[in-house]
Amino acid sequence: MLGVGILKGLAETGRNFLGSFVSKDRLTTIQFPEERAPRIEATRNFPFLVYDGTDPMSGLRCVSCFICEKECPPKCILIEKSTDKKPDATGKPQFYPAQFQIDISVCMSCQICVEVCPFDAIKMDTEFELSTQDRFDDLLLPKQRLAKSNEYYHEIHPTEAAAVDAELAAARAKAAPKPVAAPAAVAAPAPVAATLEPAAAPAAAPDTKGSAV
Amino acid sequence: MTPETIDQIFVITKHWLLGYVPAALQPIVSAILSVVPILLAFPLLFAITTVLERKGLGRIQNRYGPNRVGPLGILQPMADGIKSLTKEDVVPRAADQIVHFLAPILIVIAAFLAYAVLPIGRNMVVVNLNAGLLYFFAIGSMVELAVFMAGWSSHSKYSLLGAMRAVAQMISYEVPLVLASIVVIMAAGSLSTVAIVEAQTGYTYTFPHWFVFTPWGFAGFILFMIAATAESNRSPFDLPEGESEIIAGYYIEYSGFKFALFFLGEYLGMFATSALAITLFLGGWSAPFSWLTWIPSYLWFFAKLLVLIGIFIWIRGTLPRLRMDQLMGMAWKFMLPMTLLNLITAGVWHFMPGGILRWIVCTAMVVVPCILLSRSMKQGKTLQVRTYRYAE
Amino acid sequence: MFLVFLILAALTILGTAAAMGLRKPIHCILALTVGLVGLAMLYLLLGAQFVGFTQILVYVGAVAILAVFAIMMTQGGKMNIEPHPEKPSSSTLLAGGAVAGAVFAVIAWAILSNSPSGTTTPAQPSVTVVEIGQALMHKYVLPLEIMALLLTAALIGAVILAMPKEQEKS
Repeated sequence: MLGVGILKGLAETGRNFLGSFVSKDRLTTIQFPEERAPRIEATRNFPFLVYDGTDPMSGLRCVSCFICEKECPPKCILIEKSTDKKPDATGKPQFYPAQFQIDISVCMSCQICVEVCPFDAIKMDTEFELSTQDRFDDLLLPKQRLAKSNEYYHEIHPTEAAAVDAELAAARAKAAPKPVAAPAAVAAPAPVAATLEPAAAPAAAPDTKGSAV
Repeated sequence: MTPETIDQIFVITKHWLLGYVPAALQPIVSAILSVVPILLAFPLLFAITTVLERKGLGRIQNRYGPNRVGPLGILQPMADGIKSLTKEDVVPRAADQIVHFLAPILIVIAAFLAYAVLPIGRNMVVVNLNAGLLYFFAIGSMVELAVFMAGWSSHSKYSLLGAMRAVAQMISYEVPLVLASIVVIMAAGSLSTVAIVEAQTGYTYTFPHWFVFTPWGFAGFILFMIAATAESNRSPFDLPEGESEIIAGYYIEYSGFKFALFFLGEYLGMFATSALAITLFLGGWSAPFSWLTWIPSYLWFFAKLLVLIGIFIWIRGTLPRLRMDQLMGMAWKFMLPMTLLNLITAGVWHFMPGGILRWIVCTAMVVVPCILLSRSMKQGKTLQVRTYRYAE
Repeated sequence: MFLVFLILAALTILGTAAAMGLRKPIHCILALTVGLVGLAMLYLLLGAQFVGFTQILVYVGAVAILAVFAIMMTQGGKMNIEPHPEKPSSSTLLAGGAVAGAVFAVIAWAILSNSPSGTTTPAQPSVTVVEIGQALMHKYVLPLEIMALLLTAALIGAVILAMPKEQEKS
């Protein structure tokens, strides 16, 4: 009969109206400046540089290999290699970037720089509230603004960061006997034995390094 | 402070103020004192309604309404008012300047004039005309002329088309509107709105004598509300307005304050027809139960008006817009026969002796044609399962 | 009261004179509407509430809208309507003036010979809606039915004119 459909529709909207005061799934709005929607882990916006430890400048993993600058499609990364070397997190002296700039008005978030970096030094950040008053200078982020700690990386991408840390620790464990054994003046066969006999390595490593593999 | 004093507080205040005025000026001052509360109360109600509508529609649509301007957003009309006052008034160069200027003014004047015969409370009507209801419909017909003036003077083909459609819709729905109110005139025996409300103020065992509680009254009320929704161009009949989002409606060339005047006129028209529905069918200012008569009459009137406005908002949030041919088809093929049959039902009700038999007969006389007419309207339009053919 | 009558009479005369004198047809219709509203208010001044409001309902609400629709349908495409540039010739003016003068003389003679001298106060509404209804149903029922037949014929004619044609269009 005419009108039955209308009454059903009215009942539905009435239920929606009254339900919006009591249940959260009938009022799905998030009031933006005060609340934020939870982000999923795979969110990405613009890149940032990871540093280990507490000092942003000396703990940077980046060694100025220029691979990301060459691979970046819109060429938004500018790197200047330093002239001296400083020890990185594992103690080996490496170059470091004297200047590392990303122009985020050009960056298209393609993540190619992250994919090609052999040192896990550059990762994707999730921060999006980056608007500024100046269109050109303020959107050219320098090294100081790009450097963020490994703990921050764990916060925004937990599983990724855990995997990266595991890989880095494994690589460090494989490479660890070399720099540590040399100052101890152990004979050359020791690292050779370590690489040739993996069974001896776990026995040697805890003695020399003292840290868990 | 007896309940009667609170009920008549405005009348008593007006007489007290008139005592200070010399006798020669008394008619004019009395007229001014009667009119000024209407000019203050109903635009305030318009402001409240805009907030209620936006927040109500928002809640229906799973979102908050405006909630930034005041606490819970209730000062939003102030922001809207400032916006509409400070916007630039753009008038097309080829437009008819005088008519373009007069059209929104005429709409607001006609909308305000309609309140002159509506009894807001006991003894609270601006002027008690013997042919009050006829006055109301006469003023309503001036709105159509103003709509046409707006569409024509904008000198735009789309606005002219929108105006034609709006005028056609308003004229088509004026017929069921008037016919649905004739049953009330028949039952009350008078065209005066005050007399119609007086005829509904009795109580039998605490139940009121409102006309809506009779079969013909209920059908008349539903038909009147549908026609009132169409008369004030309100969703789901807002094709003249909604079309302004797609192509131009009749007030697309208006900006700033004139646009706000059109909105004011439309909402005031909605309030006026709701108030008339309350007067005709819902007992005007009388209380629903006899033990509630201590609440002042004007509070009952505004409470019923707010309930009807809430229903308008609810329907707006629920129904999709009707197409022009569906709209006109419903007016001429469904509502006109229903209102005429309602007239016959009201006559049968009047002449049959009271009792359960007259309820059964009149309810059948209203419900059966409704079902038959709705079946005949759906006849040619069976929904078929759609099959799609893809290009090879 | 007399002041009110003067104002309303001036409004009516100005409205109808403007309806004849304005250049664009739409302006003429709107001025005619003003004149009709003035006439309705004169009815109200005389105490005939029913006739006054019916005048607005029918003339302003239906006839004026019909007239504007007619203008829109016939000249709607040409929105810049150029007013007729030629002035009427002197013989036309003379004939028109003579006819207008004759009509005015007849009406003035009819009014002056029938009304009592001096101003009269408006009578109480002695003809209420109830009496009009009773007169229509008892004394004037035959004209009522003939008018109903006429209106039905007009309605059917309108529907036939507006119905889509059955033959296919090429």
